[in-house]
Amino acid sequence: MPSEREFWPLKATRDVGDARRAVHAAARSAGFRSADAVRLATAASELGRNAVIHGKGGRMTLERLDEGAGIRLEFRDEGPGIPDIEQALVDGFSSTGSMGFGLGGARRLVHSFQIESGAGEGTRITVVRWRR
Amino acid sequence: MTPRIPILELEGALLVTVQVDLDDQLAVQLEEDLGAALARSSARGIIIDISGLELVDTFLSRILAQIASMSRVLGAEAVLVGMRPAVAVTLVELGMTLDGVSTALDIDRGIARLHALLAESP
Amino acid sequence: MRRPADTDFPKGLYMISDLIGENAEALLDDWLEAADRVSRARPELAHERRLQARSFIEQLGQSIDDDTRPEDVRSAPWSGVRETLDAIVDTHLDEGKAPADIAFFVMSIKRPLHRLLVMRGGEPDDMLRVIWRVDLIVDRLGLYTAEIQIRRKEQVIARQQEEILELSSPVVQVWDGVLAVPLIGTLDSYRTQQVTETILEAVVETRSEQVILDITGVPTVDTQVAHHLLKTVAALRLMGAEAIVSGIRPQIAQTMVHLGVDLGQVVTKARLSDALKLAFRRGGLLVSGGAAN
Ligand SMILES: Nc1ncnc2c1ncn2[C@@H]1O[C@H](COP(=O)(O)OP(=O)(O)OP(=O)(O)O)[C@@H](O)[C@H]1O
Ligand SMILES: [Mg+2]
Repeated sequence: MPSEREFWPLKATRDVGDARRAVHAAARSAGFRSADAVRLATAASELGRNAVIHGKGGRMTLERLDEGAGIRLEFRDEGPGIPDIEQALVDGFSSTGSMGFGLGGARRLVHSFQIESGAGEGTRITVVRWRR
Repeated sequence: MTPRIPILELEGALLVTVQVDLDDQLAVQLEEDLGAALARSSARGIIIDISGLELVDTFLSRILAQIASMSRVLGAEAVLVGMRPAVAVTLVELGMTLDGVSTALDIDRGIARLHALLAESP
Repeated sequence: MRRPADTDFPKGLYMISDLIGENAEALLDDWLEAADRVSRARPELAHERRLQARSFIEQLGQSIDDDTRPEDVRSAPWSGVRETLDAIVDTHLDEGKAPADIAFFVMSIKRPLHRLLVMRGGEPDDMLRVIWRVDLIVDRLGLYTAEIQIRRKEQVIARQQEEILELSSPVVQVWDGVLAVPLIGTLDSYRTQQVTETILEAVVETRSEQVILDITGVPTVDTQVAHHLLKTVAALRLMGAEAIVSGIRPQIAQTMVHLGVDLGQVVTKARLSDALKLAFRRGGLLVSGGAAN
């Protein structure tokens, strides 16, 4: 594996597709089982789209841990931030009248999930999934 | 020009085969195109084959659910066929069970399902 | 006995590294003789053992120094020594040796090392200190062999778990288009995920529309097991297959009611045979277009 870290821009919804495909490919090449690669890539799709739509654009950092035993993804944006994280994680909560399954769902698809965000501070979400 | 997913007509049904990872734009476009095609043709059913699709997230789920309800409004039925195992488990974990969407294993069974559904509806 | 102070040795006082390097062959003979007194190698493996012991001594000579501290054996410069220990553990395990034997083998190099140090001579106090030090280092290496063995065992257990997993939930194609899966034992979350994936893949492979999940072999159905069943049923439906849960014994039904477990819309049958009948009927329905019922 040439570089240990990859950066993917998340400016428009098109970028979300590229980012999640990169995650899927990285997970497969690290030996993730097919369903696990899809789980991680789907979480990336949700978090990437949130960064574009709610966060007004940001970027994703993809990092292989322990020679591919795990993959860490970081989603960073300088948008308005999430004022109430607890509430945002509840299934069915959406500030935009959408379904609101993205954030809570993404959390169920990964092994570790961390949010740093506050009103006006932007948002950073870091997730890890291990190969098993 | 934006690319489009081709829509075929087969035994009185519209058939869509999704082979690439669907970007949001493409998915929205597909929903529009299907609505227009249903209105235009005499077809009363839609079959969406997603066996080539590696990933379905909440956005695409919603589009698929909307296609199903739109079809019903237009007096038709939609059947989603060929969802991969990995996609199915992931969607369930996401919390998206697509309750209002009919499903089938493959295109053949999708057509059978469609006929059964249309026979039931008045 | 007064315990000698365990301060660092100035380099060059004993030059342990050179001492070992220059006397490698004698040390080797001495060590293997001592080791054989505890536990003899099988004749066909004696040669292998000698080669491995020699490379251990070589690596030890290159890594050790007068100022080596016991905890250093885990550091990067000692990786060569650790690798030779890996190999030594593997041959011993192949031979069917007990864990203690392997550690004894490594530790039986202590006496021969003492003899070398005594040969070099020096102040009695220094000598005690250096022997003490060398012993601690060898003890650490002995402990390390125990760790390697634990790791090997864990690998074996992990592999066996995978195998049991496959064995314990066989997916049986009972008829064209009908799968039956007897779920057995406790369903923990990792195992259940994998069982679900196996079932879903079998659906694709066999193009089966009917799937019977038989829980006769599941001791209790608590909310977690129910949740898992519901998830599997939902995933099957997304793929276009239908599920029937069978094997809900009266006792289990009772506990489910007590626990407030609800299987919702899922079709359930008490006996596997009832589930089979239903699955055939459903399958028949599809084929003959509504004649059967
Ligand atoms: N990067 C972000 N920046 C600011 N707010 C965010 C961000 N991500 C999520 N949120 C807030 O959290 C809420 C819940 O997010 P979630 O992804 O669950 O739902 P959604 O995006 O509104 O709908 P869905 O993803 O189901 O289409 C959002 O409506 C939004 O208010
Ligand atoms: Mg979202």
